[in-house]
Amino acid sequence: MTSSTSASKYDEMFNPDGTVRPAYADFRDWYDTQDPAWLKRQDAEAERFFRRVGITFNVYGDDDGEERLIPFDMIPRIITAREWRKLTRGIEQRVRALNAFLQDLYHRQEIIRSGRLPIHYLRDNDAFLSQMIGFTPPGGVYTHIVGIDLVRTGPDEFVVLEDNARTPSGVSYMLENRETMMQMFPELFTKIPVRPVSDYPRRLARSLRACAPTCAAARPVVAVLTPGIYNSAYFEHAFLADEMGAELIEGSDLRVMDGRVQMRTTTGYTPVDVIYRRVDDDFLDPLTFNPESALGIPGIMDVYRSGGVTIANAPGTGIADDKAIYTFMPEIVEFYTGEKPILKNVETWRCIEEDSLKYVLDNLSDLVVKEVHGSGGYGMLIGPAASKKELNEFEAKLRAKPENYIAQPTLSLSTVPIFTSKGLAPRHVDLRPFVLVSPDGIDITPGGLTRVALKKGSLVVNSSQGGGTKDSWVLDE
Amino acid sequence: MLGRSANGVFWMARYLERAENTARLIDVGFHLALTRGDRSSQEEEWKSVLTTTGQLEDYSEKHTEFFGPQVFNYLLRDRDNPASVLQMIEFARTNARMVRTSITDEVWEAINETWMTLRDVLSRPVRETNLGDVLSTIRSQATLVRGAMEGSMLRNDVFNFARIGTFIERADSTARILDVKYYVLLPSVAWVGSSLDNVQWDTLLRSVAGDRAYSWLNAGTMDPREIARFLILDGRFPRSLAFCYDKVRSNMAGIAMQYGGETEAHELLRDAGAQLHQLDIEQIFDRGLHEFLQDVIAKTNRIGACIAAEYRFIE
Repeated sequence: MTSSTSASKYDEMFNPDGTVRPAYADFRDWYDTQDPAWLKRQDAEAERFFRRVGITFNVYGDDDGEERLIPFDMIPRIITAREWRKLTRGIEQRVRALNAFLQDLYHRQEIIRSGRLPIHYLRDNDAFLSQMIGFTPPGGVYTHIVGIDLVRTGPDEFVVLEDNARTPSGVSYMLENRETMMQMFPELFTKIPVRPVSDYPRRLARSLRACAPTCAAARPVVAVLTPGIYNSAYFEHAFLADEMGAELIEGSDLRVMDGRVQMRTTTGYTPVDVIYRRVDDDFLDPLTFNPESALGIPGIMDVYRSGGVTIANAPGTGIADDKAIYTFMPEIVEFYTGEKPILKNVETWRCIEEDSLKYVLDNLSDLVVKEVHGSGGYGMLIGPAASKKELNEFEAKLRAKPENYIAQPTLSLSTVPIFTSKGLAPRHVDLRPFVLVSPDGIDITPGGLTRVALKKGSLVVNSSQGGGTKDSWVLDE
Repeated sequence: MLGRSANGVFWMARYLERAENTARLIDVGFHLALTRGDRSSQEEEWKSVLTTTGQLEDYSEKHTEFFGPQVFNYLLRDRDNPASVLQMIEFARTNARMVRTSITDEVWEAINETWMTLRDVLSRPVRETNLGDVLSTIRSQATLVRGAMEGSMLRNDVFNFARIGTFIERADSTARILDVKYYVLLPSVAWVGSSLDNVQWDTLLRSVAGDRAYSWLNAGTMDPREIARFLILDGRFPRSLAFCYDKVRSNMAGIAMQYGGETEAHELLRDAGAQLHQLDIEQIFDRGLHEFLQDVIAKTNRIGACIAAEYRFIE
């Protein structure tokens, strides 16, 4: 998948013979009539726009704490109505299964009783929160917001890479990328029927309000809880709060009073009904979780368990997007929905299993190895791109703590062209659609975040590792 | 609104105002340096600029000389100076980011652009030849942000707290500028009426961008008492103490109306504001100009602290 095996490579815009695929036909017609010099100017203009608006993110571990831009590529990623229909069916099935799985794990644990999931995957997992056992969140919803990471490997094949069931980020880029495209190339949207994404914040607000606790006000008070301006996704937190008309709060604004979570306003304390939290479980409540945390709200878990507030996503959902649990997703989907999974998993070896570890060590240079609890593309090994030294180092790590790792084959990710000064050039992409869950149902916004590896041949699309983004279009029927 | 957000917009506005005021003081210091030949009186001028901004002590720890470019670079962009213009703008932007959802896109973009522009302009040492451009960039960026606030923000508590921040800072600044230079307005010196005094008076007026307005109102006649009256009591001049206090009062009244009641801060403000309306300039001189200004500075501070406490700026 370092794309040396070009035979298996799937480009979403062009057929192998160089002709354009139907999804991109209208776009291509438009593109070919544009002045290349003008396009270059627009490309530079996009970056200025993002900087001025302040759409930046902070990179962890950067000494200067400099705010970076996620590079934006102006060639859209286009998905046909037919492809999207199939995708949404698969996503919906998967998200239903995830919620049922969480409900089960924190109650009767039928999946363990049935022998389909070995108990040690729960017992030895920090993401499983004993505080959630026997408790059902308001509306029965665990994962209010989910981001499913998909890659495409062929004409009809989308494969799930990861289920982000904690606090998936990136939705602001989905919205701003579209906004930018509409400003730069308005006529494109009159020629091509692209389904809108701009009502996502309204849908999010509605979905969150639908999950309000029974004690909530007639019009529930929704707030976005952020770790603060130095968090890498702060822009998104502010953006979503702003678009939803919700307060953007930090832990220091909150206090537990009279059995409710209340925020400090200029006129006194006032209750919050639904907290869309963008902080990790560990930083929610120093009384319950991490006593070192200065970010949390002491006592919030007691309020939560007594039905005084909704926390979205629910604490303890991390168990469902754990990379070890991921390997059981096909069984999980089947167990709870009674259906065959519509979306496939990537074949995955759990290094904790002896046979698997042996296979992984024997084939290290062909595999991608990931930390079970890692995210953001940190601490992973891409075998085919690794040096001898890196391979040796990883082998030692694997032998020392095999339970910390899973391994996957290097997939043949699809490519979509990006705009370069020398014209279009294919780059690998993934796709993260955003899914809202409420008692009213599952709502998938037609689009998502397309991340693109800007380096030729690279497979790492993470923004923290130099990836960029594209506007993602779902075509209307 | 959240107490933290009130704190954020208040300080956002204060830092912007402070950055702009520092730029004005540098402008005056520079102007004087150009008009005065001898080195030692130039150094005195720069020293008094540092005194006014409250940075003399910090500066003296680092430098022994008061050479123009060294002083204005310190004031504008020195990384070791926590009160440099660059730092003020960064603080203003940090506060704006913190209250991103309380301010409009236009205000945020204006502040962000200001930060980007000034960070760029101040990334290299400023020379005497481009100081004028740098200072006018600071002023016009501050004007841009003010315009964005004026033109796009709802007239609610958020706006009120921002305005209160602006005018508390401005009142403090004007009082300090006057206090550092108050002796040039005293009768014993004024009586001499030398050309040096004229320059000093002009400097004072320029520091608060009041030279033109004063000349226009007084047909070009320089009179120390009239200058003092203008800068302290003239409610038409946007940098006078009376004007600043009127603005703080009207915004505090707006808050009282929205929140359905007054606080101790309103009480303090009434007391402090009263003397600006009840005293005339003769009474102020009789009491002692310096004592009067010291009193204004202390009261302004107390009002700021009381507002922060009453409206729960911090836990």
